[in-house]
Amino acid sequence: MNTLLQKLAVDNGLILSFAIVGLVVFCSGFLSRKLTFGRVQGSAIAILIGLTLAYVGGRMTGGSKGLADLTYFSGLALMGGNMLRDFAIVATAFEVQPAEAKRAGWIGAVALLIGTFLPFIIGVSIAYAFGYRDAISLTTIGAGTVTYIVGPVTGAAIGASSEVITLSIAVGVFKAILVMVTTPMLAKFMRLKTPRSAMVFGGLAGTVSGVSAGLAATDRSLVPYGALVATFHTGLGCLLAPSLLYFIVRALV
Amino acid sequence: MPLYGTALLAGCHLTGILLGELLGRALGVQANVGGVGIAMLLLIAVRFHGHKHGWLQVKSEEGVNYWAALYIPVVIAMAMQQNVVKALSGGPMVLLAAIATVTACAGCVSFINRREVITADEAPKN
Repeated sequence: MNTLLQKLAVDNGLILSFAIVGLVVFCSGFLSRKLTFGRVQGSAIAILIGLTLAYVGGRMTGGSKGLADLTYFSGLALMGGNMLRDFAIVATAFEVQPAEAKRAGWIGAVALLIGTFLPFIIGVSIAYAFGYRDAISLTTIGAGTVTYIVGPVTGAAIGASSEVITLSIAVGVFKAILVMVTTPMLAKFMRLKTPRSAMVFGGLAGTVSGVSAGLAATDRSLVPYGALVATFHTGLGCLLAPSLLYFIVRALV
Repeated sequence: MPLYGTALLAGCHLTGILLGELLGRALGVQANVGGVGIAMLLLIAVRFHGHKHGWLQVKSEEGVNYWAALYIPVVIAMAMQQNVVKALSGGPMVLLAAIATVTACAGCVSFINRREVITADEAPKN
């Protein structure tokens, strides 16, 4: 029986994921209405449940892909992987009002630049405070603070140790998760209401996964505007961190 | 037919990713530079053109809207496969760097957004 169920789950991984996520969304909607009287959005609760399950999965398997490392739930890797995530993000562009995006384009670009430099400076300073003194390690950890992809790409490009690269990924992943969890709580403080405000947020908060989940949990209609800017974040970081930013750090230490 | 919409979406997606890869190579970066963003801009342009010239049918648009509606479920599946264990076990430096960054960035977002003048016609719809 067990092997039969396992075979069914593995052969129909993606379909099973649709069912699981549907169930989680349903339960979150219920909790949102009954427990918080609609004050906390259903999708925010669903993302929290998702992260908790990811923690449980990671603990059980010792793997790096959360719940998707369990054989039964391996289909989640496809459903929540980069391919479908990016496909769904592109689809949301259908809801973008071109005039809004054009009007806020320049401020989005400014936010994108601040969103690269500010995390980098903070990352480098904290790494310095924790005793790192060589330009390569400092730059790699600073780059990881931008996004968890910029960290390892930069580290590999300038020749950082694998220990430092691992740290830089951990900083980026933790940042992405923090953005996912705190965005709905901080939405009022950050004045996340208009397309323009979402573009500023997309540029500053960085990480596509953090921004896409954070906005999904706050206001679904703002998603395309935030994502439009955020998707340039990793590229910009990978461009600046191993070159300009590395040279600056090297000149300073 | 909805498939036309999905195929159009796929076309924009692939073209955007390809252009992002090429842009990355041209800049000498080992990463895709804004591929998804370029794909989004393409789709916005295609939709604009389709509406203006009347070749984009409502039925075809359904093929895109369905995927846009799947966005939140996909993001929840993404949350389920984050490396939460590693993120939480990174030690004080990792936690401090991430928390300080998110705090500073949230402050920055707040600062910039408080300068936005919201006129009556663009106030939130709901």
